[in-house]
Amino acid sequence: MCLGIPGRIVDVAQGRPRMGTVDFDGLRREACLEYVPEAETGDYVIVHVGFAISRVDEAEAARTLAVIRAIPDALATELGTEP
Amino acid sequence: MKYLDEYRDPVLARRLLSELESTATRPWTLMEVCGGQTHTIVRQGIDELLPHGIRMIHGPGCPVCVTPLEMVDKAIAIASRDGVIFCSYGDMLRVPGSGGDLLGVKARGGDVRVVYTPLDAVSLAVANPDRQVVFFAVGFETTAPANAMAVKQAASLGLDNFSVLVSHVLVPPAITAILDAPDNEVTAFLAAGHVCAVMGWTQYEPIAAAYRVPIVVTGFEPLDLIEGIVMAVRQLETGRAEVENQYVRAVRRTGNSRARDTIDEVFTLTDRTWRGIGEIAHSGLRLSEAYRHHDAETRFPVEREATRESEVCIAGEILRGTRLPTDCLAYGTACTPRHPLGAPMVSAEGTCAAFHTAGRGRQATLEEQ
Repeated sequence: MCLGIPGRIVDVAQGRPRMGTVDFDGLRREACLEYVPEAETGDYVIVHVGFAISRVDEAEAARTLAVIRAIPDALATELGTEP
Repeated sequence: MKYLDEYRDPVLARRLLSELESTATRPWTLMEVCGGQTHTIVRQGIDELLPHGIRMIHGPGCPVCVTPLEMVDKAIAIASRDGVIFCSYGDMLRVPGSGGDLLGVKARGGDVRVVYTPLDAVSLAVANPDRQVVFFAVGFETTAPANAMAVKQAASLGLDNFSVLVSHVLVPPAITAILDAPDNEVTAFLAAGHVCAVMGWTQYEPIAAAYRVPIVVTGFEPLDLIEGIVMAVRQLETGRAEVENQYVRAVRRTGNSRARDTIDEVFTLTDRTWRGIGEIAHSGLRLSEAYRHHDAETRFPVEREATRESEVCIAGEILRGTRLPTDCLAYGTACTPRHPLGAPMVSAEGTCAAFHTAGRGRQATLEEQ
């Protein structure tokens, strides 16, 4: 659960904590954006257990996602699929 | 050179390895402390590409694997209670306790649920006011900001039916404990990039200075790791012992200040036992006084039971980096990702799982490398 998955913010909601929807290569999940106040729609962020902790560029997001895909079940585990 | 053609930039990988070959004049032992890095190193055969004498040891970088047996047993006891909804990240469900796992509790009718984020557990507490919702808050500094925010959220909503079973661990004290061990062979560390995205690397600077050990903040793409190894070996060969940042794309020196502030508000330092390693002073987090109301250990007192590890499994030595998974008699036979005996085979981030996934056989041993 510690890997962190990069995704693209597709919308930002109002309210506290600051939430948004993040697209992980087609799979969309709600994520907390409270720790990346500078991140807006269209930005790429690294998401750990539903929380964006760092903003990254698109190229970095693609590289990291490729590594995670190579680890069996990592993507499903990180996104909370039942084992 | 195994797998090199699969690299995003095989030319650069070859150049870096060639530089390493010409830089390294003595044997050096490097340890990575990130399960994702371990997977990349083993899958891509990076450890097998390194010049003779440069050795990678796989450290305690899997948060699921280092969660102490006692805490897993406690989770099982709490999850077995009537009226409790027990929430956890998926990979914790199959971690073996002394006499079973959380998946077993679920099979026996316990309400054990996988959540993607701790905020889902808070939502469950809102939706089930007549039930007690307990969240298993494990992990390194990367997951701590999320779990801290969930506790803050529950407190602000006045949820009396939400509590957390906290078993957070911190990387810098583990590095210090490894360096203090009498049989330590590690001469440089690759620090986990995403842990440092939260915490920055200032905590590593006193360690590098006091122990004269290079620490390189590293990403977990294959090229990141090779570059991190080259940077560490350059330091070793020139007698430097500094903290350097290879993962400049995602990590700043002071990390994420908002996340750090929330961790500091909700948690406080505590001694913590690491599975396979033992107790390390000030190596964990527990709830601070202001949030103690949400502590599951206080709310659901569990008598301390005698814990029992598998007699065959050598997970402890693997987590300390003194043995390889392939040294274990159970590896790949009695112990597989589908039927794990020890935590490092359970989690996607575990060293045994990394070796098994990469198809590593039993023939390789630490001594033979």
